[in-house]
Amino acid sequence: MSVNSSGWLRKTLSHVPQYVIAIVVSIIIIYPILIAVLGGFKTSGELFNSPFSLPEDWVLDNYQHVLGLSSFWRQLFNSTVVMTGTVVLATFSASLAAFVFARMSFRGRDAIFNVFMIGLLFPIMVAILPLYILMRQMELLNNLLGLVLVEAAFQLSGMILILRGFFRSLPRELEDATYIDGGGAFTFLWYVLLPLSGPALAANAALAMVFSWNMLFLPLLALNDEILYTLPLGTMQFFGQYMANWARLMAFIVLAMLPAVIFYLLAERHIVSGLTGGALKG
Amino acid sequence: MQNISQYRTEPGKKRGRGSSYLNQPLVIILFLLPAAILFLTFVLFPIVQAAYISLFKWNGLGPLEDFIGAKNFIRMFEHEPFRQALTHVLVIIVLSVTVQLPLALGLAILIGRKLPGRAFFRTIFFLPYIISEAITAILWSFIFNPRFAASDVINSLLDTLLPFFKPGPWLGDPSKALSAIFIVLTWKYFGLHMILYVAGLQDIPIEIEEAASIDGANSVQTLRFVTIPMLARTIYLSIYMSVLGSIQQFDLVWLMTEGGPVNASEVLTTYMYRHGFVSFRLGYGSSVAVVLFLICLVFSLVYQGVFMRREYAGRAD
Repeated sequence: MSVNSSGWLRKTLSHVPQYVIAIVVSIIIIYPILIAVLGGFKTSGELFNSPFSLPEDWVLDNYQHVLGLSSFWRQLFNSTVVMTGTVVLATFSASLAAFVFARMSFRGRDAIFNVFMIGLLFPIMVAILPLYILMRQMELLNNLLGLVLVEAAFQLSGMILILRGFFRSLPRELEDATYIDGGGAFTFLWYVLLPLSGPALAANAALAMVFSWNMLFLPLLALNDEILYTLPLGTMQFFGQYMANWARLMAFIVLAMLPAVIFYLLAERHIVSGLTGGALKG
Repeated sequence: MQNISQYRTEPGKKRGRGSSYLNQPLVIILFLLPAAILFLTFVLFPIVQAAYISLFKWNGLGPLEDFIGAKNFIRMFEHEPFRQALTHVLVIIVLSVTVQLPLALGLAILIGRKLPGRAFFRTIFFLPYIISEAITAILWSFIFNPRFAASDVINSLLDTLLPFFKPGPWLGDPSKALSAIFIVLTWKYFGLHMILYVAGLQDIPIEIEEAASIDGANSVQTLRFVTIPMLARTIYLSIYMSVLGSIQQFDLVWLMTEGGPVNASEVLTTYMYRHGFVSFRLGYGSSVAVVLFLICLVFSLVYQGVFMRREYAGRAD
């Protein structure tokens, strides 16, 4: 027993340098966020003079002001609409396509698959200006549907790659059983494959959500009407308006990041496996 | 399963492997249709159209008729700010690969597979990745703000550490703006790469490293000759994501410096936005987009061809 506990002690002590470094890095990560959270409870003067300390008087005014802004809630709503639409549309069309690539064989299959994989070769940002021109031609500017279509389209390549890998890994017997029971392709996909693909779908959806939720460049070009602003665009606008009032700005960004942070703490596993499992083992 | 007998007696239905039922052209076409429409319309077509528009001088309003051939491209490469933007992106790529990624790898090995409490640290290190670029930019604009005490702290700290360092405003000083942006990029993205490395490390059987140390390798040798070579796939992927990520960076730069002061932090995307969109020169902007696309495409194809063949080639079956 004593041997064990001294072994445990030695082990813990040998980790001390690792903990010191990990804690220092953690502080560097948390520090700007903490300044913002506390800053929201200060006056701008106090924020500048003593940013590190706890607020002398906890000022609730800044947070209350932001929570009372109808534009803030509207932007939250718009971002939610675009994100939901993007995830649903991308997941739906990518699952159907991935199913074809994973479970059917026909001539030209690999060629078509490779065309879809072109999307992995360049990020959406490099195509923003051409996308703006196209959206204007299709009268999709100033329209949340336009954002949904474009953002979903740019999620397809990655999703198809990951889902195809997952669909392939499921045993063929499942398929035979479905057809013997008289089911068709859609029955198999909907009632057998997708319910079994929960982890892969969740990982994909989580990544698409982060992508859509944080997107600034596309809405910046495509949206003129303030009523339609998404949260990142609204954040940028608020930044321009309140540059002189940093405490209020801090309150805004803290409240604006809250949904993403909560989502992250709940779905960290899915986000991480989307990035690692999918990318490496797809 | 009770339907097996039914199935067997049903006339006209093919027997044998179930998948034969599925290989109907109609099913294939219907299933591929939604993805194909979205992908062709919004991913491939815009680039093709941009290649066409890039040959015109066009303010985006009138008809497309002022054909000028390759003049947009010639003008672009003669334009000093464009060459600066290109250089800045290269600088960010080189810094990312030589500073940010080794840092991420080091931390991944440090908290790696055994440290108790590693999940907690992983959660914190990855946190900045999910915070939007817009919010990140504002957070750091505040920290770099010369009126704010934290700016003094950073300045005096670096002043003691680096002999050649001159304290001053970060975002307002042309010699420091790009470094400031790189600091923020590192803060935001090292966690992503660390997560990749941690996942890669988990796939290495610990017995292999133990065998190396039994054979007399010290920990540096084990790292150098066993761990890092076995992480090669992950490292290639991480570099790939880092390069594409550096090329597409817009939000942080635009909100923190707008590419300034005096183009000191201009990157390709902010250049495209400023000289293509803001100034209503959509023909010129399209040519910038085409160059950006080609840079990504050539890089991706060459890089994947050389380093990552296995990842995207798919399984042969």
